[in-house]
Amino acid sequence: MTSLFEYAPAPESRSIVDIRPSYGLFVDGEFVDGTGTPLKTVNPATEEVLSEVATGSEEDVDRAVRAARRAFVKTWGPMRPADRGKYLFRIARLLQERAREFAVLETLDNGKPIRESRDVDVPLAAAHFFYHAGWADKLEHAGLGPAPCPLGVAGQVIPWNFPLLMLAWKVAPALATGNTVVLKPAETTPLTALLFAEICQQADLPPGVVNIVTGAGETGRAVISHPDVDKVAFTGSTEVGRSIARAVAGTEKRLTLELGGKAANIVFDDAPIDQAVEGIVRGIFFNQGHVCCAGSRLLVQESVHDEVVASLQRRIGTLRVGDPMDKNTDLGAINSAEQLARIRELTAFGETEGATCWQPDGDLPDRGFWFKPTVFTDVSPAHRIARDEVFGPVLSVMTFRTPDEAVAKANNTTYGLSAGIWSEKGSRILKVTDQLRAGVVWANTFNEFDPTSPFGGYKQSGYGREGGRQGLAAYLRSDS
Amino acid sequence: MTHVLDPNALADTSGGTGTLPDPFADVTRSNDAFRAFLHGLPGVDQVGAEARAKVLGTRSIKTTAKAWALDTAISMVDLTTLEGSDTPGKVRALAAKARRPDPTDPSCPAVAAVCVYGDLAGVAKEALAGTGINVAAVATAFPSGRASREVKLADVRDAVANGADEIDMVIDRGAFLTGRYLDVFEEIVAVKEACGSAHLKVILETGELVTLDAVRRASWLAMLAGGDFIKTSTGKVSPAATLPVCLVMLEAVRDFRAATGRQVGVKPAGGIRTTKDAVKHLVLINETVGADWLSPDWFRFGASSLLNDLLLQRQKLRTGHYSGPDHVSVD
Repeated sequence: MTSLFEYAPAPESRSIVDIRPSYGLFVDGEFVDGTGTPLKTVNPATEEVLSEVATGSEEDVDRAVRAARRAFVKTWGPMRPADRGKYLFRIARLLQERAREFAVLETLDNGKPIRESRDVDVPLAAAHFFYHAGWADKLEHAGLGPAPCPLGVAGQVIPWNFPLLMLAWKVAPALATGNTVVLKPAETTPLTALLFAEICQQADLPPGVVNIVTGAGETGRAVISHPDVDKVAFTGSTEVGRSIARAVAGTEKRLTLELGGKAANIVFDDAPIDQAVEGIVRGIFFNQGHVCCAGSRLLVQESVHDEVVASLQRRIGTLRVGDPMDKNTDLGAINSAEQLARIRELTAFGETEGATCWQPDGDLPDRGFWFKPTVFTDVSPAHRIARDEVFGPVLSVMTFRTPDEAVAKANNTTYGLSAGIWSEKGSRILKVTDQLRAGVVWANTFNEFDPTSPFGGYKQSGYGREGGRQGLAAYLRSDS
Repeated sequence: MTHVLDPNALADTSGGTGTLPDPFADVTRSNDAFRAFLHGLPGVDQVGAEARAKVLGTRSIKTTAKAWALDTAISMVDLTTLEGSDTPGKVRALAAKARRPDPTDPSCPAVAAVCVYGDLAGVAKEALAGTGINVAAVATAFPSGRASREVKLADVRDAVANGADEIDMVIDRGAFLTGRYLDVFEEIVAVKEACGSAHLKVILETGELVTLDAVRRASWLAMLAGGDFIKTSTGKVSPAATLPVCLVMLEAVRDFRAATGRQVGVKPAGGIRTTKDAVKHLVLINETVGADWLSPDWFRFGASSLLNDLLLQRQKLRTGHYSGPDHVSVD
């Protein structure tokens, strides 16, 4: 935007983290070799190979599930709840102590800006462990019956967009409620989960309570379909979620799914415009738009459309796109070549279907996977970019005239994960919130997360809640 | 509602001919109309504004960028003394520092202005003769502004007669908070007239306005009345300058220029004591209104102790090691 005040590069040092040339699986408290063909994990900002990571085969998964079962029966299940809480507190503190290490590793492996991994992902992950540590010895007060019991072994499969944070969302409630886990991180972002395994060792967590089995889709399938898994938790695409629901159908397994979204961010004409513009930016460009609850559909009241769009474009012009390790970067790299191809495909549809595409000036790095922040105006609700989840930094702008129309358009999606409302009028916020079919509704903010607040979707965004008192229910049986 | 960001919103209906139409020419036709206009400005969500200021506060300004920021910040300082105990000697000492903030380094820029009470403006003027450094004088019964308009205008005329190049006035916060916006407006217009060719900075005293909505309204009021700068605070009320307040004022000058074509400066004053604070403000300008405001013509820091911290950081950057407070002059 300006050449007068150019920020000199301010790179975070990567020397704080020691990436090993290869990693095994974390089973029964130690690292073991996997029997599948190892995967390479790359830095999406440079395409440099960071490390080679084992792939868990069916036998490996079986070993992990058996270790988890043993731990559930022998150590973790019978342990005094207050002692389980102590372990969780210890893990939370270790995450804080090694926060910089986690932030740097997350940014290297995922491509997200260091500012976000440092200020959002890692502190929130620690907060989830702290929060659930507090619940460990108070479960009988969670409103889930007088003596709720753990389910047993949880098989958990998590996505690549918030690798450590999604791990925390899964592992913390499972352990706090007395379950043991077998977790499969995403194939493109396994490294922070493996560093977390080191934290489990450092915390002296009994072997088998947390098992981490890396690999791709096959490994994930083995985890969720293992007959001795009592509970399946998945966060990821709706497509995979559907196949998991099919695989689990007819078994005794309990299932929670946190899937895609196409959230509406609704800006009324009485909104605080400058903050709404900030919220729109945060809604869609946070984490390169790789956020299931991203505010990817902007619904603006017609009377302020031009003003909001002009203001938004000016603001997007100030976003700093580039090296994720630079502390001043706002928008980092797209996580994988595959995801970049999908974003390109869907945005190409946007243009052929007649929407107007806008991107700010500026160059992208030569190497790595990049996509400019993109705004589509003149979008019709029938366009694919208004219906399909892009999972990238692409915003579709539509208009409405009345609150009823805003609600109708916001709900006109197969998803229902989140929504945002911008208005200075409290009564309007409350009324519209009531009518929105979305699991999370933000008022005058967006993408704000807290472990005390349950998170989850309606419709094809999945079922079950994570976080808060409600999130405990997914890991407890109240009938015993 | 009229869209304040649309410069043609009222011009279309005014039917005016010839000169550039002022889109806001009729908003001050009555107090009610003015109130409707000011309250029709988009609201400010305090939580959101604070969050934005906080994120910008995390920018990491290093090496060449820091060197540029330090010199720019020094050149934007209104070196200030506003004490009952001020004397001609103290003002002359400050003027000497203003000319050569770092006597050991001739490459260090001079500050923008020296800010004093009106009765000492003449002393400052004489001490700064030929330097290009302006003399700013506070006036209008500073800091409370509680005096009759005649007294305030006399205060202004006296300061201008003593040689002030810039007048820092205070608005009537009592009138503003009771909704007598037109009174506040007319007073600023009168002061501006009394200033003659002197530049007018309008102090909103945001610590007494409290809400960011009020800050935005007061900013627009002051700009419409002809203020050349809008300034946060007198430095006598806490909180003084804060990043969220400065953010809202920057948004106001940005929107005002978009609507009218006239650029107004911003001066946070009071409470900015460290280089870190100053750099955060420069980042705020850079990413809110852009490079057009990154000059002493359009942005000032009202400060006294800030300058020494800037000088220490500047020495550190040049020599690679920290010196102590005895390496800069005590004012």
